[in-house]
Amino acid sequence: MADQLSRVFAALADPTRRDIVARLAVGDASVGQLAEPYAMSVQAVSKHLKVLEEAGLVTRHGGTGHRRPVHLEADLLGLLTGWLERYQREAERRYQRLDAVLAALEDIDPSSEGAPS
Amino acid sequence: MTSTKPNTGPSYAEAVIEADPQLPIIRITRDFAATPEQLLRAHTDPELFVRWNGPDSISTTIDYWDARTGGSWRYVATHGEDEIGFRGTFHEVRPDRIVQTFTWEGQPDGVALETLRFEPLGDGRTRLHAQSLVDSLEGRDAWLASGMETGVNEGYAKLDRMLADGTV
Repeated sequence: MADQLSRVFAALADPTRRDIVARLAVGDASVGQLAEPYAMSVQAVSKHLKVLEEAGLVTRHGGTGHRRPVHLEADLLGLLTGWLERYQREAERRYQRLDAVLAALEDIDPSSEGAPS
Repeated sequence: MTSTKPNTGPSYAEAVIEADPQLPIIRITRDFAATPEQLLRAHTDPELFVRWNGPDSISTTIDYWDARTGGSWRYVATHGEDEIGFRGTFHEVRPDRIVQTFTWEGQPDGVALETLRFEPLGDGRTRLHAQSLVDSLEGRDAWLASGMETGVNEGYAKLDRMLADGTV
């Protein structure tokens, strides 16, 4: 599992591949359709897809060549976002507590040192 | 659905997590309405630290705490009957950063190297850059993955946001 997670991280480290994943979350698309908005060749997009495929994030079924629909493996992505989100939420909750402590700091000690309490 | 274009400026009003694909590192970035000096205090003053470190259900008790370059620290987190010890050293403490080690005593051979940087943003705001370097990619991923059963079935709206802002 850890190895696969590392591959998923590596695959998602690239902004174009993150973008492709976000678009596939809407629905399947062909390589040609995926390549349309980018200033890059279908070949270059295919390379990105291969990385996503090796990470298990996308699969291609049926059809031939560039018309084969690319499908997002939402389960794997769900696992990934599940624990990243959980970790993010924990960190955020912790820092919201820190926010409160910092806000209280300002109340207690404005620069008026030695002021009567 | 979110647009496919990347966001323009980074915003860290909420904590942003980044797991480095090449290195066993987790980075967290978060903005605070505070000065670097106040953030430093909240991280080094033990009385302040215990107030925000753990969730409400967990109380943090300081065993020892010497927040100076070369000092060491240990605290015990208590949740009901369970007590979990954490310890480490303050490798360096200075106004703009803290470098410290972090060990969970349940896994005493494991140690993380944590670097906290306080970046002043002006008008009383500060960006915290927290980086944890652990022993291996496998260790890092196993650590993160340990909580993955939670939230698996949540909707894609959050996912879109994370993908759009580069969190994932």
